[in-house]
Amino acid sequence: MTDIASQRPIVRSRFGIMHYLVCLKGILIREGLRYLNQRERFISSLVRPLLWLFIFAAGFRQVLGVSIIPPYQTYVLYEVYITPGLCGMILLFSGMQSSLSMVYDREMGNMRTLLVSPFPRWFLLVSKLLAGVAVSIIQVYAFLFIAWFWGVKAPPLGYLLTLPALFLSGMMLGALGMLLSSLIKQLENFAGIMNFVIFPMYFASSALYPLWRVQEASPLLYKICLLNPFTYAVELIRFAFYGQIEWTSLAVVCAFTIIFISGAIIAYDPSRGLVIKKQEGGTN
Amino acid sequence: MGTNAGLRNIHDKSMPDASLPALDLASVSYAYGKRQALDNITFSIQAGRFAVLLGLNGAGKTTLFSLISHLFATRHGRIHVFGHDIDRKPGDALRRLGIVFQARTLDLDLSVQQNLAYHASLHGIRAREANQRIHDLMKSIDMSDRLHEKARSLSGGQIRRVEIVRALLHEPSLLLLDEATVGLDIKSRATILADIRKLVEEKGISVLWATHLIDEVSHADQVIVLNQGKLVANGPVSDVVKNAGAETINEAFSRLTGIVALQTGSRV
Repeated sequence: MTDIASQRPIVRSRFGIMHYLVCLKGILIREGLRYLNQRERFISSLVRPLLWLFIFAAGFRQVLGVSIIPPYQTYVLYEVYITPGLCGMILLFSGMQSSLSMVYDREMGNMRTLLVSPFPRWFLLVSKLLAGVAVSIIQVYAFLFIAWFWGVKAPPLGYLLTLPALFLSGMMLGALGMLLSSLIKQLENFAGIMNFVIFPMYFASSALYPLWRVQEASPLLYKICLLNPFTYAVELIRFAFYGQIEWTSLAVVCAFTIIFISGAIIAYDPSRGLVIKKQEGGTN
Repeated sequence: MGTNAGLRNIHDKSMPDASLPALDLASVSYAYGKRQALDNITFSIQAGRFAVLLGLNGAGKTTLFSLISHLFATRHGRIHVFGHDIDRKPGDALRRLGIVFQARTLDLDLSVQQNLAYHASLHGIRAREANQRIHDLMKSIDMSDRLHEKARSLSGGQIRRVEIVRALLHEPSLLLLDEATVGLDIKSRATILADIRKLVEEKGISVLWATHLIDEVSHADQVIVLNQGKLVANGPVSDVVKNAGAETINEAFSRLTGIVALQTGSRV
């Protein structure tokens, strides 16, 4: 910014691509540092799906048999079936954790430092979203690593091929979290998110049981599962493990990602946003 | 804060846009629902001036800062920062603004260095350049040795000074400070105020200093008084005092805001 020869200031008229990358890198590093500083967050993010895998899945293995359904070409253990759902669970909780941290940042004032950056608001929010997704994907692979020792193994290439599916699903769920963060007035309201968003999304999906079983048990629940974007995220991940693309899931996940991101950008836009209404009565 | 060679001249008044008002508000109003927080506020601050925004709690100072820093959209009226409309060209305006918020905004779990580097990245400043500026600015406030400590370990006054360093990292032309000395002891308050005044004198940076503490006003300052969302005075201290029919700025502020003069020790 300062010209060394003349020691005169140079006022940049516009940011170039390098400046955007510097900004993105800074947001990624900060999110990573915060994550490293919260070891209990890392541990709890792993304990939750591992409990499901080690206890729930082992216990229900005999009760919940899974027939041969795509993408599986043979009978699979229940642990294998629910692993993509547990990956989705990590992304879902991580997305909501980001939502929680944004509400916390807003209450503590840290959010302001981000929002007064001269970069476009949409870019800042997408960068923050990318940082959150990067952290959650690391959690997923840590879980898959442990699951591998438990005997839950996907084709080796599947671990690589599922990365884009994890990324897209993480973006969708992270964007949902970001949108929700704009609607949550106080940190205390986060419990409501658990009850009204996370649990219904998780249980009313194909994460724990195949949809044909749901349909047999309750046609209404089956329809709800079909309306749940989390179902499509799980199926996208499930097929990706076997090197396949489930096109409907891909389309739905992409569509909801765009919808949620757009909603979050609008909500955080000072001229149209909902966040501004949260300030009512809180400023002087 | 002002002995730093790295910053010398970067706030030079010869900057291309220095002839424009640093800040220009025209008929700015804002309401939270039915409650009018700001009502038809108009004033300007010339480049290189130290302006004090005086008002009691609830006068509308923070709302005004939120509008100037584009946290809120200006629905009525216009705000220009060195000629750049904050709503139409927020990037250009925000690039020239350094902001110290009333609430502490350092991430307490990160080190001072990490906090400052994060802010630098939010302004697109590359790591090498950012590290140099961080080093220079922290040295100028004699806090180089605290760079790698967690922000949580700093005192309230030190956090404030780091926040001011952070606000200066991207070399702004206009510095906004919202109640920057609230909650600090007398020594910390005096140090911070002196640091900021030095910046104005030596670097030609413009400052809008919001406070409710009269003793932070100096003779040469421009004073802007807000009361219940309305602008009730604007001008040099002497004019504000004279127009209020008072003898001191303390008395003038009391009259303008309708309070009994309780504060003592005013220097003006």
